[in-house]
Amino acid sequence: MYRIGVDVGGTNTDAVVMEGREILAAVKVPTSADVTTGLMQALSNVQSGAAISPRDVGLVVIGTTHFTNAVIERRHLTETAVVRLCLPAAQCLMPMVDWPEDLRKVMGDHVFLASGGAEFDGTPIAAFDPQEISRIGAAIRARGIRSIAVAGVFAPVQDRYEREAGALLAAEYPGASITLSSSIGQLGLLERESATILNSSLLELARRTVASLRRGVSECGITCPVFLSQNDGTLMDSAQAERFPVLTFASGPTNSMRGAAFLSGKSEAIVIDIGGTTTDVGLLHRGFPRQAGTTVDIGGVRTNFRMPDVFSIGLGGGSIVVDGAPAPRVGPQSVGFELTRRARVFGGDVLTATDIAVAAGRAGIGDASRVRDLAPGFVRRCQQVIEQRLAAAAERGRISPETIPVIAVGGGSILMPDRLGDLDVIRPDHFAVANAIGAAIAQTSGEVDRIYSLENRSRESALDHAEQEARQKATAAGALPDTLTVTERADVPLSYLRGNATRVRVKVVGDMGF
Amino acid sequence: MRYLTEPDIEALAIGAAILGTGGGGNPYIGKLRCLQELRRGRPVPLIGLDELADDAFVMPIGGIGAPIVGIEKLEEGQEGVRALRALEGFCGRKIDAAIAAEIGGGNAMEPIITAAAAGIAVVDGDGMGRAFPEMQMTTFSIYGHRSTPAALADERGNVVIFQHALSEVWFERLARSAVVTMGGTAIGAEAPMAGAYVKRAAVPGTVTQAIRLGNLVLGANREHSNAIPLICAAEQGVHLMDAKIIELKRHLRGGFAVGEIALEGIDAHAGSRARVVFQNEFLSFERGGEIEVSVPDLIVILDVDTGHAITTEVLRYGQRVAVLALPCHPLLRTAQALAVVGPAAFGLDGVVFRPLARNDG
Repeated sequence: MYRIGVDVGGTNTDAVVMEGREILAAVKVPTSADVTTGLMQALSNVQSGAAISPRDVGLVVIGTTHFTNAVIERRHLTETAVVRLCLPAAQCLMPMVDWPEDLRKVMGDHVFLASGGAEFDGTPIAAFDPQEISRIGAAIRARGIRSIAVAGVFAPVQDRYEREAGALLAAEYPGASITLSSSIGQLGLLERESATILNSSLLELARRTVASLRRGVSECGITCPVFLSQNDGTLMDSAQAERFPVLTFASGPTNSMRGAAFLSGKSEAIVIDIGGTTTDVGLLHRGFPRQAGTTVDIGGVRTNFRMPDVFSIGLGGGSIVVDGAPAPRVGPQSVGFELTRRARVFGGDVLTATDIAVAAGRAGIGDASRVRDLAPGFVRRCQQVIEQRLAAAAERGRISPETIPVIAVGGGSILMPDRLGDLDVIRPDHFAVANAIGAAIAQTSGEVDRIYSLENRSRESALDHAEQEARQKATAAGALPDTLTVTERADVPLSYLRGNATRVRVKVVGDMGF
Repeated sequence: MRYLTEPDIEALAIGAAILGTGGGGNPYIGKLRCLQELRRGRPVPLIGLDELADDAFVMPIGGIGAPIVGIEKLEEGQEGVRALRALEGFCGRKIDAAIAAEIGGGNAMEPIITAAAAGIAVVDGDGMGRAFPEMQMTTFSIYGHRSTPAALADERGNVVIFQHALSEVWFERLARSAVVTMGGTAIGAEAPMAGAYVKRAAVPGTVTQAIRLGNLVLGANREHSNAIPLICAAEQGVHLMDAKIIELKRHLRGGFAVGEIALEGIDAHAGSRARVVFQNEFLSFERGGEIEVSVPDLIVILDVDTGHAITTEVLRYGQRVAVLALPCHPLLRTAQALAVVGPAAFGLDGVVFRPLARNDG
């Protein structure tokens, strides 16, 4: 059986066919306005490229920026009611308090606070009142708001009240689309609640989009299940993606880094993705992108999604080169997407980093005769500046004195020398489709983020308990039990609670069976 | 006297996090609440110590409990006011102003929120000039003020009055037990002080100081310049090193998050190594086998690129940080103060406090 990975980007739709660890074919076609046409084109091209029949495809994984873009562009979002289970706590700041005004307006003004939150140990703050929730459900129905977000205090610790509230609201308003915060995120009420609201407001778009993706796949004659890739580099089935579109946010950088890991065969490495204007640097740890520790802003909304910890520097193939003392300057100004028109080797009159690479004999693109006038000493000094900046970026991405390789990817990777300081540089083939490869190799996961009291158990036993539960979750999500690996297992002790409690996070990933 | 503005609050959140020296909790939620109060048209006057009447009745206030509970179980909103009213009732006298028990971290915001709701003023100063883990560690307590009678209020409406505690440490113990029962967080207001005493015992000007620090960072961010030298210049600070965290150990001791980080110098500091010990806040900085800085002086760890504070909870392997030392106020350097907030009080055996240079002229 084969697996197909697809990356539906804003400009291109890429697809790869893989068999085991082998890449049989890779294609790139323009993304179509309806998504389906471009997807079908990519699928049919890549299947003929690999000479395989649709019947032999066992798994299709699609990565898409569609939902992130909808939030950023404020398009296709629906009005959403918010039910926060918290009373009497958490009245001091209303839901969406820190959102940009224009986005808050899209959601309308349908905020309800009710009892049903939990304490850090899972006990109720105040008794859950089913009638209160039913009354709220009736009010939401009267307003005709079909999308509802439910966020309970400490729901990641105790999700019972959210589930009960969800069932009551659904009974009161059949057909409403409901998202519970416990299925979305981690501790941090405002951030988790915001992500839950965004999710609910994306549900209609998610149903339409996932249906188009499924249609595109099935019209190509492929009958296997379709999965979407999530921000953490793992996948979810399309039925889940319809319910949790926010979990696809920022899956692009993750897929690209995972693809780089796969192509190079390295699980510990610095990935340097050199584009036209900027260079993105991230770290692979155990084959997964290292996660950012802070909150992430999406379309102006603060969320606590786990995103790859990637930073950018203003250096790329299109960076403009200016001679100067004591050294030439390379970037941050860039000719950007006009590189193939304005760079010297492409007939233009702007000296770019790409021209330097060509003059130095590192790349055979464009017309090398157009940079022959550059003095060798000047070219060398420019190269030194570029290398110093890349070395500094690698150094910044590095977390230990151990020497790990640098994986150079991206169209601008011709700027990369063969070594950066004491680090080896690897340049894998197929990088142009690393995103699609990252999607194709996505694994499935189980995650636990919970506070444990250490009154009656040891820290190690709390970690073990969480790991067991994460393993069960991963298996339930389709992972093959013998492929499970723990990618995160850590706890942060909670200060100021004499009872000694600790917040445990465990994540387990495994290969999808098909 | 002047009224706090929205830009003040934005800057205060950043500056208070820096003065938190790794602890004190994240001021983000408190910041949102202060901004909300100002937008509701509730002005908050900030008064300097020199403007304070000797017989003014000034109440220290702050949140007590686990910061992580505070980001999940947000406050009901009137906790501070309930604590204040309870103390007024118990003392039989109106409270004129609120003062932060602790300027470092989220507790910088609490007096402003309560003052806005109760229509009183905030005093420009606090009881620590930074963050410390326990309530007896305020200059108010150190110089003889007794925290009781004190009031503790939770989100349900429970208000507990501590009429009398045998000592400040006893008060801390009793209050902690109540806080755990209340679900991990509460607002605590301690016995009001006379203006004359506040003038003598409060660390002066720390609200303004935190706003100034925040504005330095915001200005540097806007201009894409480096905030670290500006902070050092403004605070008589020392830029100890730029470094990468190469090791991180955490464990629990008596309800506190204690641990240690190993640092390896980067850029201009390449080749040098150091260790920082923390107990909620950063306690000591050791390089070449020698303790160069220790409590009560401030050890500040900032993101090397943005100048924003990094708290002990979000420390991670590989983070690139700038380590600064800022001299604490002379009120924290007396023998009396060092007995409570010096290295020995934090179990740093054998460490002698060597004060950073500070010029108060």
